[in-house]
Amino acid sequence: MQNKLMELVEQSSMKPRIPHFEIGDTVDVHVRILEGEKERIQIFNGVVIARSGEKTREMFVVRRIVQGEGVERKFPTHSPRIADIVVKRSGKVRRAKLYYLRALSGKAVRLKERFPQGKLGTAAEAKAAKAAKRAVKVEAKVAKKKAKAEKKATEAAE
Amino acid sequence: MRVGLLGRKVGMTQIYQEDGTAVPVTVLECGPCTVLQVRTAERDGYHALQLGFDDKKRTRATQPERGHAKKVNAEPKRFIREIRQEQPADVAEGATLTVDVFAAIKSVDVVGTSKGRGFTGVIKRHGFKGLRATHGVKRMHRHPGSSGPSADPARTRKGIRKPGHHGHARVTVRNLKVVRVDAANNLLLVRGAVPGPNGGYLMVHQTNKV
Repeated sequence: MQNKLMELVEQSSMKPRIPHFEIGDTVDVHVRILEGEKERIQIFNGVVIARSGEKTREMFVVRRIVQGEGVERKFPTHSPRIADIVVKRSGKVRRAKLYYLRALSGKAVRLKERFPQGKLGTAAEAKAAKAAKRAVKVEAKVAKKKAKAEKKATEAAE
Repeated sequence: MRVGLLGRKVGMTQIYQEDGTAVPVTVLECGPCTVLQVRTAERDGYHALQLGFDDKKRTRATQPERGHAKKVNAEPKRFIREIRQEQPADVAEGATLTVDVFAAIKSVDVVGTSKGRGFTGVIKRHGFKGLRATHGVKRMHRHPGSSGPSADPARTRKGIRKPGHHGHARVTVRNLKVVRVDAANNLLLVRGAVPGPNGGYLMVHQTNKV
């Protein structure tokens, strides 16, 4: 009963859906910024190195390198100030918290890329690519057969 | 009418305002409360509303409790408190008050029983600093130190703060802002913390702080 009431309050303050992102993903965080009267969207790009908390209290940390200096920003996931989170690239990681990246610099910071939908993008795209490849192969085979047949025909004529 | 209700602490969380500010709130389940009795100056010497919250099984209630509730056709209540009124309130006995009463109220006072901490030392109970950790202090790190002069009064003066039972006492938190009134679910959200454990009974009334 108590938890249900709590849930109710928390649901009211949560976004109905937040974009799916994981630890190690390189993301664009779209932050709403008030400049005087005008509202503007600023983009903070970097690697998600930690997620913490649950429900309305969830936060995530994004790390990026600016002019050789590491910069980290911690965002509340459900804040109305966060307009969008766009995954640019997924990283292959084996930890929930990537604090070890703080000790690294230069090329060592790079994470191996992960392809959640396979190397060729989405399933539909992969299927299309496969079909295209097959079509090319089939065409080549047909052409070869034709050439062979023609050669035979010319030989027979001689 | 001085607005007040009885309720229960549900727990703390945080919610966001439209501009993105996170507000720490305590969720209170307030009401519905039955007015069990109206105290009047003529009969009782003061004005007040006696409210009851949370039904109790009739078999668990004593005969006097049952009789008291029956007078207003209600079930016996677990938690009964009075809300003092300055003027006679225009509420009849047996009426039901819901969280709606707080709709126009900006801030409230919350009265509850703090979490019991048992027998504690002066550091936890009174916020003493204790003694140093090093420099020759011998097993006296969390002691109170001196409790007064020696030969002159030749006794400990009254009111010296000592170790003892801490918590489980009536605590009032004043001037908590009302963040939201949810009439559908009988919920009242106030900014900040209130005394007691989750599930503890509370009395909430409009603040008398100016």
